Amino acid sequence: MREQLEGSQAVAAAVARCRPEVIAAYPISPQTHIVEALSRLVASGDLAPCEFVNVESEFAAMSVAIGATATGARSYTATASQGLLFMVEAVYNASGLGLPIVMTVANRAIGAPINIWNDHSDTMSQRDSGWIQLYAESNQEAVDLHVQAFRLAEELELPVMVCMDGFVLTHAVEAVELPSQDAVDAFLPPFAPRQRLDPADPVTIGAMVGPDAFMEVRYLMHAKQRLALARIPVLAEEFAAAFGRESGGLVRGYRVDDAEIVIIALGSLLGSIEDLVDARRELGERVGALAIRCFRPAPLEQIRGALMGARRVVVVEKAFAAGAGGVVGQDVRLALQGTGTPVHDVVAGLGGRPVTAASLEPIVAEARAGTLPDLTFLDLRHDVVERELARLPGAVA
Amino acid sequence: MVQVRFHGRGGQGVVTSAELLSTAAFLDGHHAQAFPMFGSERTGAPIQAFCRIDDAPIRAHEPIEHPDVLVIQDATLLHHVDVFAGLARDGVVLVNSPRHPAGLGLADLAADVRAVPASAIAGEHLGRIMPGTALLGALAAVTHLVSEASLAGAVRLRFSGAVADGNVRAVEDGWAVIEAGAYA
Repeated sequence: MREQLEGSQAVAAAVARCRPEVIAAYPISPQTHIVEALSRLVASGDLAPCEFVNVESEFAAMSVAIGATATGARSYTATASQGLLFMVEAVYNASGLGLPIVMTVANRAIGAPINIWNDHSDTMSQRDSGWIQLYAESNQEAVDLHVQAFRLAEELELPVMVCMDGFVLTHAVEAVELPSQDAVDAFLPPFAPRQRLDPADPVTIGAMVGPDAFMEVRYLMHAKQRLALARIPVLAEEFAAAFGRESGGLVRGYRVDDAEIVIIALGSLLGSIEDLVDARRELGERVGALAIRCFRPAPLEQIRGALMGARRVVVVEKAFAAGAGGVVGQDVRLALQGTGTPVHDVVAGLGGRPVTAASLEPIVAEARAGTLPDLTFLDLRHDVVERELARLPGAVA
Repeated sequence: MVQVRFHGRGGQGVVTSAELLSTAAFLDGHHAQAFPMFGSERTGAPIQAFCRIDDAPIRAHEPIEHPDVLVIQDATLLHHVDVFAGLARDGVVLVNSPRHPAGLGLADLAADVRAVPASAIAGEHLGRIMPGTALLGALAAVTHLVSEASLAGAVRLRFSGAVADGNVRAVEDGWAVIEAGAYA
């Protein structure tokens, strides 16, 4: 049954149907509505058996999730922005220990300056943490990705971040089909870890590993990520067969097959980009879009395959590597290695600055004309930054 | 697609208004989306919320820059915030005001401006100045974007008991103001 729901409420309902046994979370905008809703479900007994652990910080939230998962309990948390950064030490421990925690990140900018609005700086900072990262384009997809994420995490013994744009999706009310409890139960079997902490049958999880074996542990983390590249499309197909709709997978092309210009993005931005693609197609321009739904592991072959016909590629991303350029753009260049296809980074929407089909239209025009720079900051107020730069030694005003 | 932008101040239920409109449209069988611009609402601060309604699925999640309908929940914003930015020439504007539109200083606007004494209606039925539902009733009466029954349905999905009853009556009174042509 379709319901008109806020994204956070929809995700909380979907997570509850995945039957987590331990939820540990600390509230932070724009994640708060998700964990508030889950805490109510636990308090009312609608989500049982489940323990909701109120913790004093995000670091504790992830630490509780680690401990709970190590004992064999399916565990969940959610965070955003500074909260994600505060838990980082434990984030790496979760992946290093191969613990299949699922975490929602309601994507939000990182300070300073403090800013509560949406961009992807938080999860991009965890690019190399060993977590799988899936990005939702809509609230329906956010719901569906959580169901797939628990299955994927537990099969491969790897933690998964489900990334959804803060406010843009978490606070958007739109129609969502919630998967039924029976359908989720059929798709997601109970968590059955290979080993778990049990006083009756003691094992050690997380002992110190020296130079003799550390590299192998790290290699296996990489190898499991590469296995996920094969597993994610299989789970997406199985999900589509069971639930009757397409969600997840590695990448998704939109009018991309004969496209000369392809715009790549992650998350909720794809909606406006698809509207723009349709508008340019009406004018006879061969423009297409490619959604990267799975950012880690990096689906390099699938990106390359989707872009083989492209003359020029524009990567619109809500984060960047200061002093270098785009983050996703670097992956796309790696994917296109040897093809000579130009890749342009467009950094957009930092700290919640709106990115609209209209604001991206000149980018497409410049790409077609061959005048788009390698790196553009969309809608940057040049007068403001140039005045600041003029004060500095070596500045070119 | 019809795009509605709501302006008001934090604490006046602006986000709730947009959400109720989207739910009413959903109940009428349309695709609809509502969202705030974006969070961090503080009591008294000017805020916006958006609602898109279409018969096709809505993909974009961007702010509404070119609204067809404006709902101004707080008339003190009229001359402080550019609430009319991007408004369609043949657009509709609903203002929470007990004054006749001619007294609002909006004579230059080509749009169809309607005043609704929504605070008074809310005060009567809710005992609180939450003007959203009266304005939604008026919006439905002017635009027929959603049915009065679906607005009432959306209110009852969101609220219960006396609060739901009061808001349904506010919807009805908002509708009646337009029907009576009292402030057109």
